Amino acid sequence: MLFLAVVHGQRQSVILTFIEVMSKLTRKAVLKLAHLSRLKLSDEEVDRFAVELTHILEYVETLNSVDVRGLEPTYQITGLKNVTRGDEIKKYQAQPKDLLASAPAAKDGQYKVKRIVG
Amino acid sequence: MVEWPALSVIASRVQSGQLKAVDLVAKSLQAITDKREYQAIISTVTDRAKQRASQIDEKVKNGLSVGPLAGVPFIAKDNFLTFGGETTAASNILRGFKAPYQASAVEKLEDAGAVCVAKANLDAFAHGSSTENSDWFVTKNPHDKTRVPGGSSGGSTAAVILDLAPFALGTDTGGSIRLPASFCGAVGLKPTYGLVSRSGVVAMASSTDVIGPLTRTVEDAALVLDVMSGFDQLDSTMIERDNNPYTNLDTKIEGKKIGVVKEYMAEGLEPGVRVQIESAIDKFKKAGAQVTEVSLPSLPLALATYYIVCPAEVSSNLARYDGQRYGHSSKNAKDLDESYELSREEGFGLEAKRRIMIGTHVLSSGYYDAYYKKAQTVRTKIINEFHQAFTGYDFLIGPTAPMVAFKIGERTDDPLKMYLTDIITVAANMAGIPAISIPAGKSQGLPVGLQLIAPQRADRALLGIAKAFEELA
Repeated sequence: MLFLAVVHGQRQSVILTFIEVMSKLTRKAVLKLAHLSRLKLSDEEVDRFAVELTHILEYVETLNSVDVRGLEPTYQITGLKNVTRGDEIKKYQAQPKDLLASAPAAKDGQYKVKRIVG
Repeated sequence: MVEWPALSVIASRVQSGQLKAVDLVAKSLQAITDKREYQAIISTVTDRAKQRASQIDEKVKNGLSVGPLAGVPFIAKDNFLTFGGETTAASNILRGFKAPYQASAVEKLEDAGAVCVAKANLDAFAHGSSTENSDWFVTKNPHDKTRVPGGSSGGSTAAVILDLAPFALGTDTGGSIRLPASFCGAVGLKPTYGLVSRSGVVAMASSTDVIGPLTRTVEDAALVLDVMSGFDQLDSTMIERDNNPYTNLDTKIEGKKIGVVKEYMAEGLEPGVRVQIESAIDKFKKAGAQVTEVSLPSLPLALATYYIVCPAEVSSNLARYDGQRYGHSSKNAKDLDESYELSREEGFGLEAKRRIMIGTHVLSSGYYDAYYKKAQTVRTKIINEFHQAFTGYDFLIGPTAPMVAFKIGERTDDPLKMYLTDIITVAANMAGIPAISIPAGKSQGLPVGLQLIAPQRADRALLGIAKAFEELA
């Protein structure tokens, strides 16, 4: 990870070469991803995903060799920019009580969650 | 034997009092019961549908105009938020969820007089190409119960072919309308990105998600699009619709320039599919179209691009399922962190977890440029090739899928093998362009889908050429 942080932002080809070597996901890497994704995986799932996700990453890494010099990424496909509307309160189908009706726990018009602070 | 007349015919008969909306709803609900062995439907919205139907009949009785879809029953994929029952996206994490508001597309259809009768099965969260990833059950292909209907809008498509309702709604993120249309022999339209509001539809990959109809005919698809499209302030990605109705179709073939996509006709195409597509191409030629081969060399990269962009956006969109505000909440958690982790672990199926983790990986610091940014740049390359092709051609043509409907269980052992089912359909999503799958004969007794692709915003022209083909076939 430290090595990546150093090369990141310099030459992309360096990162790509590095990732080609890195595409195999270890159990430890899967557990880290699971934590970042807030998923408490079973042991069986960890083993399974280490194999499957590696396989999928190997496939998508075929893009590494594609020459994209001179091209910019596309994030919005129809070319829209800064879509805005008036900052007005409008009446909407669902009212707060309708939304709270789906909550696992609610109290005094608010969502109730488990204690966060001591 | 088709059980339902054209949508416009049903609507005019309801408006004239010749048909009753309550009878149409009853007929649809009866068909759902009679054909439940296909498992196309997750739930019915019986009470609300009956109530709305009687209101429509009452309006007609009072001489009021109902709308262009007066009394027409329809079935929505279960990732559309609807009143009158549950919306689950076929995922355990939304088991029992009752939507507090309706999808804008459904509202527009209801305003036009249509009646939602049921919710159709899908791959959970629309993650899949066969409807086998549903957390409820596997939908069966109407032509062969041992085969998949395609996915992820498999329930909606099977419902139309089984005559459960005259039309259904699907969503298409990488091919989820066109693929099942191809496998089941339906018409499946993926409109231009942004033409139909996605407000109230469970989000999958926001940069490619679109809503579209599944129908028996192109004319029906055009009418549903005409009703559903148009501005909605709840979706800020919308583009302006055509002022000319989408039902006003130009079916002239003569002189149209059609490009046969070389990469879609490459090796890997099942021989029986190739025969039907080549025969369709011949029909266009005989009808006076100028048909030649065109190469878009980057198209084979579209799937790898998609399987970076899609999981990345899925991982963001599914972050909202945290067990605190709605959906499944674990009973076994001791603290808040554990409540997130257990609710998600218990609620999500394997494919959702796979995509969340791939997405988290490709978006993580240090990997972002190499995966996500690179994929979005390759995306530009694909878009440029489509632009280039459309300077010389009105439409592009090819198969919708390289194969006919496969056997249930045939591709579930390897996720990558399932992903490859979308190899032809995904490019249109990456480019935001409209594409349609229409029936083009059979291979091994199973339907083959012909895919027609048009430039952005050329939805009406696309429907026109599709209808022209329908008339030739």
